[in-house]
Amino acid sequence: MRTEASTRTVKEIRIDIEKCTGCRACEMACSAFHAKPRYSSINPARSRIRVVTDEINDEYVPVRAGNFTRSECDGRHFYQLKGKQYGECSFCRASCPSRDFFIEPDSGLPLKCDMCEDEPPLAEPLCVTVCQPGCLTYEVRQVETESSEPEARAVMEKGLESLVNQHGIDAVIDKLKQLSKGQ
Amino acid sequence: MKYAETGFNLEIDLSLGRVEKVPSDPRDTELYLGGQGVAAKILFERVPPDTDPFSPDNLLIFSAGLLDGTPAPAANRTVVNTFSPQTNLMSHSLFGGFFGPELKFAGYDRIIIKGKAPDLVYLYIHNDRVEIRDATHLRGKGTTETQDLLKEELKDQRVQVAAIGLAGENRVYMASIDHNHASASRGVGVIMGDKRLKAIAVRGTRDLNVARPAELFELAQALHQKIGEGDGNGDWMAVDEDDSFHHNHFAWGNARTRRKNFWSKELQERWTKWKYDHMDRQTGCFNCAKKCRNVINWPGQRRFGYKCFGKDTYHMAAFLELDFSYEILGVAQEYGLDSYSTPQVIAFALELLEAGILTDEDFPGMPADSRGRFFYLLEKIVRREGIGDVLADSVSHAAKRIGKGAEAFDHNTTKKFEQLPIKLGKLNPAYFLMIATGEKMSITQIEGSFPQDPLPTQEQREAFVSKWEAPPDEKFKKYFLEWKKRDDISDEATCEIVDWNEAMHYIDDSTGLCGFVSSFRGQFGGGVAYHMNNIPQLISYATGMALDKERLWKTFQRIRTLVRAVNVRRGLRRKDERPPEDHWAVRDERYEQELLSKYYAFKGWNGEGIPTRQTLERLDLGYAADDLERRGILAAAAGVPAGQPAARVG
Repeated sequence: MRTEASTRTVKEIRIDIEKCTGCRACEMACSAFHAKPRYSSINPARSRIRVVTDEINDEYVPVRAGNFTRSECDGRHFYQLKGKQYGECSFCRASCPSRDFFIEPDSGLPLKCDMCEDEPPLAEPLCVTVCQPGCLTYEVRQVETESSEPEARAVMEKGLESLVNQHGIDAVIDKLKQLSKGQ
Repeated sequence: MKYAETGFNLEIDLSLGRVEKVPSDPRDTELYLGGQGVAAKILFERVPPDTDPFSPDNLLIFSAGLLDGTPAPAANRTVVNTFSPQTNLMSHSLFGGFFGPELKFAGYDRIIIKGKAPDLVYLYIHNDRVEIRDATHLRGKGTTETQDLLKEELKDQRVQVAAIGLAGENRVYMASIDHNHASASRGVGVIMGDKRLKAIAVRGTRDLNVARPAELFELAQALHQKIGEGDGNGDWMAVDEDDSFHHNHFAWGNARTRRKNFWSKELQERWTKWKYDHMDRQTGCFNCAKKCRNVINWPGQRRFGYKCFGKDTYHMAAFLELDFSYEILGVAQEYGLDSYSTPQVIAFALELLEAGILTDEDFPGMPADSRGRFFYLLEKIVRREGIGDVLADSVSHAAKRIGKGAEAFDHNTTKKFEQLPIKLGKLNPAYFLMIATGEKMSITQIEGSFPQDPLPTQEQREAFVSKWEAPPDEKFKKYFLEWKKRDDISDEATCEIVDWNEAMHYIDDSTGLCGFVSSFRGQFGGGVAYHMNNIPQLISYATGMALDKERLWKTFQRIRTLVRAVNVRRGLRRKDERPPEDHWAVRDERYEQELLSKYYAFKGWNGEGIPTRQTLERLDLGYAADDLERRGILAAAAGVPAGQPAARVG
């Protein structure tokens, strides 16, 4: 089996919740950056980062919008950290029906963090740049990955199978014939 | 499309239960910016001067500053204005946090409240949905407790709440309006309580647009950076553990006793340990890089946050230590009591007891120790029980009600409002003018741009001036370079300096900028982020209005003069403009009155401190001149030359 080393870029936003002051500069900047035209309006409800705040519980957790999910969770998890109780939602990144997080206020469509990789991409996500207390930090790492041919082939085969399932074998064969003529 | 503001006011009539969304006049924004500026115009137009502060016709106005909710960092103040029963003048107060920006995101620049509800209500605002709701279930609830209960009831953690506690409900004059860990004091909580309005809960999900996005964002980010880095901005008291300044120089008790050698190394270590053993974190306000509030989790209390001098007032009034302040603040803030005036009122009562003007019969069951007495009186005041009912009207009014010589103990008020407890030796001319003529009732609301003291050497002065971006005019650099002794400065320079100090507050309080990055902070170090040389640009980028330094300065003069017109219409005159008689040990009545006359003339006011028709007209306030004339206020003073007293002062 032939294997070949390659690298993959991993981008991380690290969140040190002890350093959050609850100022929500990240929300301001995110909503401004994603406004059209850029910076033309502010609206934290459109922000793809939210500071989950509960002053009396001393809870300040910035959460970045993740994937959309259709279903509600059972919401039964509570985390006990340093004597404070956090609900599951405090750490969850989902745009989901349980809460009004990460839902575009006009269209109701889910919002998702894009790490400010618009055209041209920023050097780092804007929420990190504006986070003066240093709660949010950005890290880019190159991670070595190993890829093997049989594995790559298995991925391809799985992909083809799902296309056949979705569109039927005839449509896939037609398209493959069309592509092979172009070669 | 409106920029930086929403263009709508929310009009609430609590007597009729009516809610209206009303477009605002764009001309008002040009002339008065927003916040306190526009509120002063509304109060002038809509509240006749003979209106009792407790009348349903008194208005209570919550305004977002003009820049609130824009990318301008630290623009987040909510401004509250009404007429105060304590001073019978315009009440002006501010709180930080998140309420002002949220109000903008809900689509409103201000909430104008009139009337009185039949019983306790709260106002719920969620974009276009505005409801006056029953709040009888919140009766007696604490300020942050109410905030939590409303978040739960409305099933919305993002709702921003401003609430009164028991003090406001019982119309205690020292009542505050609290939001988050911030509060507005100086006579606004009592009116909210009088209107039976327990709280306002606001939630907004609308866009706030700005006129020149790219330019504004770039400038705002540079300022954000400047605020975050270095020590030129924010409240250094949040982290500076050496607080010898206030403890050794300010007066304890009812502003009488100096303890010049109070501070010590051992004490500092003990206090620092108390603080860090119980501090969860430091928090900030909307879109600000600083973290000025210390959040304390003291055993047996709800978590509370404090800022600045607020950590000293209770234990200094009670002759105790920091642990006492931590113990009582959590309770007092839940009751919604101002931590600036309340401790003075309590210390005043105990002084009267000691002097035999009040007796043990006035304090049934009161403990013997200072700690116990403060808690006892706190409870009496917020419930208006027994002597507490008298004390709840603040020092000046309580002294009059008690009589029997109690008036002599009302020694630390100006315009019937409790002043900073500080007693000094030699008269400071600039401070004389600021305390005398300030209409925001506290020296902290007028001082702040020009340094409090000269630097000792020419070299230091030059170094300071070379980095000083804030002065609106080169002359201030010259004044500073030539300034060697605190009280040795020309009257002309004094007037200019006081005017500049005041200007910055009037601009902040109309735009929503925080004093700790602007008006109040420049006096300490000079490296403040916001000043006359960059605010005009910022407002232009945000609003699209053409504005430069000269126009902004004129706008300050207009707002300031209008506030004066509002107050002279309610009777404010030269005789009221007196700092506490014992503020300085060495006084010179003749010089002080001469200086006051010069300052009135400098401001374009007559000898009674009333703006002249010429001044009013120059500032587009002709309508105010007509009104003052119609009421005989300007005519009565017509023969008085500028800056001269109309009658003997004393």
